[in-house]
Amino acid sequence: MAKRVSLSGNEAVAFGMKQINPDVVAAFPITPSTEVPQYFSQFVANGEVDTEFVAVESEHSAMSACIGAAAAGGRVMTATASAGLALMWEMLYVGASMRLPMVLAVTNRALSGPINIHNDHSDTMGARDSGWIQLYSESAQEAYDNLIQAVKIGEHKDVQLPVMVCYDGFITSHAVENLEMLDDEDVKKFVGEKRIAPFALLGQDPVSMGPLDLPNHYFEHKRLQAEAMKNAKKVILEVAAEYEKLTGRKYGFFEEYKMEDAEVAIVVINSTAGTAKHVVDTLRAQGKKVGLIKIRVFRPFPAEELADALRNVKAVAVMDKADSFSAAGGPLFAEVRSAMYGRVDGKIVINYIYGLGGRDVTTAQIEKVYADLFNAIETGKYEVYNYLGVRE
Amino acid sequence: MPNLKELSKKKVRLTGGHRMCAGCGAPMVVNWILKALDDDVRAVISNATGCLEVSTCLYPYTSWKDSWIHTAFENAAATISGAEAAFKAMKRKGHIDGKYKFIAFGGDGGTYDIGLQSLSGAMERGHDMLYVCYDNGAYMNTGIQRSSATPYGADTTTSPAGKVKPGKEQFRKDLTEIMVAHHLPYVAQTVPVIPGTPYMFDLYNKAEKAFSIEGPKFMNVLTPCPRGWRIDTATELEVVKLAVETCFWPLYEVENGVYKINYIPKEKKPITEWLKAQGRFKHLLKPENEHIVQKIQEEVDRRWERLLYLAGVK
Repeated sequence: MAKRVSLSGNEAVAFGMKQINPDVVAAFPITPSTEVPQYFSQFVANGEVDTEFVAVESEHSAMSACIGAAAAGGRVMTATASAGLALMWEMLYVGASMRLPMVLAVTNRALSGPINIHNDHSDTMGARDSGWIQLYSESAQEAYDNLIQAVKIGEHKDVQLPVMVCYDGFITSHAVENLEMLDDEDVKKFVGEKRIAPFALLGQDPVSMGPLDLPNHYFEHKRLQAEAMKNAKKVILEVAAEYEKLTGRKYGFFEEYKMEDAEVAIVVINSTAGTAKHVVDTLRAQGKKVGLIKIRVFRPFPAEELADALRNVKAVAVMDKADSFSAAGGPLFAEVRSAMYGRVDGKIVINYIYGLGGRDVTTAQIEKVYADLFNAIETGKYEVYNYLGVRE
Repeated sequence: MPNLKELSKKKVRLTGGHRMCAGCGAPMVVNWILKALDDDVRAVISNATGCLEVSTCLYPYTSWKDSWIHTAFENAAATISGAEAAFKAMKRKGHIDGKYKFIAFGGDGGTYDIGLQSLSGAMERGHDMLYVCYDNGAYMNTGIQRSSATPYGADTTTSPAGKVKPGKEQFRKDLTEIMVAHHLPYVAQTVPVIPGTPYMFDLYNKAEKAFSIEGPKFMNVLTPCPRGWRIDTATELEVVKLAVETCFWPLYEVENGVYKINYIPKEKKPITEWLKAQGRFKHLLKPENEHIVQKIQEEVDRRWERLLYLAGVK
């Protein structure tokens, strides 16, 4: 029987890890993710898991040790944020291209500089092309649910890719929420037992991994990697369906909130969706046809499905909690607009960069975004690339 | 002393046909290290980016008969530490059994410099592993750039000898001593197998000892690079011998903090013997650079005296 608990996002993730009972957790503390390895090392100290906890001297070594452990054939997890993820950068690409399933819990935090410990999405957005699957979470419940599904998605034979589970630093990582946790036995059954694959370092026969790969083969290997990411789309939905049977909680590529007859919509990631849903309710009560899409799966990007979901709106605001400094809009904006092009043309698509470095985003600001969208439809006048809630 | 006839029966774990340069010392070192494993032991090997890595595993070929992994330049130690941790956990769960040894190989670039943090971390954490540095005194894979292992005065492509600079202007980092400061159960410094010397099997013996000890071990092996040292492949082991006979590269080991010098030359040869054997030091032998040679001799003497003191010989 599932149980109701009150936990912070980091606690929910750490308890999820305990239920998964991985072979290796190699981690290095960084705010606001520190609690995850902290709680987890206590589970190890108490003998509550079989895991080997490797307290490495840096995030680069954390990811390197995770790769070594995953290559050996083990089930591997870690956690980090911000600069820690940035220090892993080189190894993120290596892990993905070696097709090693691993799960990395990221408490989203602004990247330096200037140094800032609060939430935005510049860390994981920067890692968006590293070849990792990226799942985003609005709440502690979603972080927990995504974590458990991540194991199964990454280890699927048609995928074999590492997965990032992202949730907002402090807002989700530290705030205590009520959530439903599965029984240990159910988690164990759901993720299954990981056995050493025949092609692992500790498999039946010796293997060489990470060869020098020159122009006559490298391209084909990258093509296979791209195919795995395409396969992940199907697997993510299959795993979600199985998880729904177990929990009653439904997951897809994204969540549509009051989109059926929406004229305008915003597309958003992580905890801001909660604030924005409240705004949707308020405006709906005033008779305004507004909706919201919350992205759960950013890699692989559900381009077709998203375009389809936006088919009936007239104007869309894409909310980016990270700028890509392209001078033309944030990363989510670029993806969403590109997904719409040629599929659902003729829409107004506006970008808002908001909340950088943990700046609060208010309901009033989100109301303004919806007002801007209606105004854009009415007047045909709007700016594409906007900063929201900043002192100019 | 090991029996050569017996040793020749042991399985070869790094096969020929790889693309290392003729005369490269690295595969000799690797083969002799791996020869010290019992035949029923499976090795899991992590290899830092470098000559050894790019030349022994070029897709779709591999020269390695054991499981082998390369992930990046600076993290051979962290990578193998993860594999070792996975082995421990999976053994605890009953998923695996059998005899495994976890080994990392890196050049001086991947060990003294970019990989030092990763190495230090893995050693401090106490993984059951052996890290072997094949030190040829420069970044040879990228074309002979200076490293912190490059000897004073060496002409490299990033410490070139010129009109106002005599090559590298710093003495080499003493990595073996840095590893000793980690208080590991076993640290050793050695050279490849050189037939006809009293220390012919020094490398093999040390590898064998390292494998018999549980916990983190480190071996530093001076390894000839004919390209970088600008020496003749036919006489390269003679050059390595001079490193030992001049006390530029003393053979010693430190077991649980106790120093033991494995070879003390009856008569220490002058450092010029080592310098003049190699093209990279050629410029130092000009009369105007005599003071530099003097400076190198003093530093070699100082380090040797210190070692004698630490080993209780003096």
